[in-house]
Amino acid sequence: MAPQIVVDGLTKSYRVAERDAGVAGAVRGLFRRRYRTVEALRSVSFTLEAGELLGFIGPNGAGKSTTIKILSGILRPTSGRVMIDGLVPYEDRIAHVGRIGVVFGQRTQLWWDLPVVEGFDLLRDIYRVDPARYRRTRDELVALLGLEKLLGQPVRQLSLGQRMRAEIAAALLHEPRLLFLDEPTIGLDAPAKLAVRQFVGRLNRERGVTVLLTTHDMHDIEALAQRVIVIGNGVVLADTPFERLRAEGLADLGPEVDPERETMAIEEVVARFYAHHGAAEI
Amino acid sequence: MDPFRPYLAAFAARFQLTLQYRTAAIAGFGTQCWWGVIKIMVLAAFFAGSPGRQPISLEHVVTYTWLGQAFLIFLPWNGDPDVAEMVRSGAVAYDRLRPIDTHGWWYARALAWTTARVAPRAALMFAFAALVLPLVGLGRWSLRPPADLPAAALFALSIAGVALLSASIVVLINVIIVATLDDRGANLLVAPFSNLLSGSIVPLALFPDWLRPALRLQPFAGLVDTPFRIYFGDMAGWQALGGIGLQLGWAVLLAGLGRWWVGRVMDRLQVQGG
Repeated sequence: MAPQIVVDGLTKSYRVAERDAGVAGAVRGLFRRRYRTVEALRSVSFTLEAGELLGFIGPNGAGKSTTIKILSGILRPTSGRVMIDGLVPYEDRIAHVGRIGVVFGQRTQLWWDLPVVEGFDLLRDIYRVDPARYRRTRDELVALLGLEKLLGQPVRQLSLGQRMRAEIAAALLHEPRLLFLDEPTIGLDAPAKLAVRQFVGRLNRERGVTVLLTTHDMHDIEALAQRVIVIGNGVVLADTPFERLRAEGLADLGPEVDPERETMAIEEVVARFYAHHGAAEI
Repeated sequence: MDPFRPYLAAFAARFQLTLQYRTAAIAGFGTQCWWGVIKIMVLAAFFAGSPGRQPISLEHVVTYTWLGQAFLIFLPWNGDPDVAEMVRSGAVAYDRLRPIDTHGWWYARALAWTTARVAPRAALMFAFAALVLPLVGLGRWSLRPPADLPAAALFALSIAGVALLSASIVVLINVIIVATLDDRGANLLVAPFSNLLSGSIVPLALFPDWLRPALRLQPFAGLVDTPFRIYFGDMAGWQALGGIGLQLGWAVLLAGLGRWWVGRVMDRLQVQGG
């Protein structure tokens, strides 16, 4: 069987208008625009099998979000090819987005003023989910994510942790087989992070939902991902089982790393890895 | 109904949300009463001061003004504030994560947004101008009933046409907002057109004879001039149906233009990034 996701030689460049500093620069910019080309992705290729849980990591600005946006169909790559379940996301947008779930940790996709449950009902109609099936899925998600008390509250009144749980439920109401999570734990406190991690893990293990997860929290990766892709400067730097990334990194750090520093170490391993590849911003 | 399910749901959700803003409705009603009084005073002075016969009677002008105030919100002055907000926050692209037609989605929301604001204001305005004013002895300045029963029925039909046409124009403004990434320009540009060309500030009947036929063919006339002339029986029977046909024709044409344009703008966003 073909992999669920095939990404081949993806590149993406943006044109950004630039002007010189100060008033003179602004005036000059009125007459002659200068453009700078930013290469967000230089060459990204990977495949993902159904049922995998892939961690997608890399420093800020590495191209993680751009990749997720292309895979979810809202951006078109400059060149390269993507095939997900037999569809090209940015060409068959409507068919494709009906089959995936997406959560952006930094955005709200639920309507701000609607009570949570009404936002869910709206999504039921947007995705044309059968009402009986919807009720079953919704009640299950509500129980698993502990949303019982939040259902009647408008989204704007929720705390970040509550909102993120509601967002994850919202992305799953139409039972997608593929879930993109872009920094789902950003800004969450420890219990909320744990809740999100546990839920995503179960979803993948018990339901076989394929998950592509980006995060800066290495503990998310440690807890969830069997496999990680490290991306930096728009290229894939490593595509490896997480344990190997960690083992190699720890070996690099030398024998002075004692087990007590284990939790520190994973952040350090990754930071070193970025620096080693010249991918870190600082 | 399945193909329309997402759009009906969007309409229902937005309608309910918008209807909740009771304070805004009452404040809006107050402002519209105040402006109505000023407009009537100005037009009355204008009628008293000019010796010749006017194309429409003062009585009609008074009713015309109250009707205008009742349905004022149908005039597209702005794009949808939700869309403007999405442009500011950069979230426009996220609407594209839904398996729906973006234009249809915006259209349903715009239609709900305008009709939910018009409904309470129009009800209050009719109660005030048609019932309260005569009761307190200001019958001369009140809103008179429509010409006859067919006129009333055709007027109702034509108001539905106004709602559809208005939503078509609002979505066009949305597209301009998304294309220019700013809501001020588009909103500033469209308000004078809406106000003047619809006949909202000065009834189109009072414009010069040579200009009037052209004015009545352009889309904005369908927002005020057409329904109100039907109300007075000035357009009746086939002529009224023709007027409603023109409204709907413009609504469909502008929606088609909007749909094509949304597609183009979204393709560009897909290339440039959200």
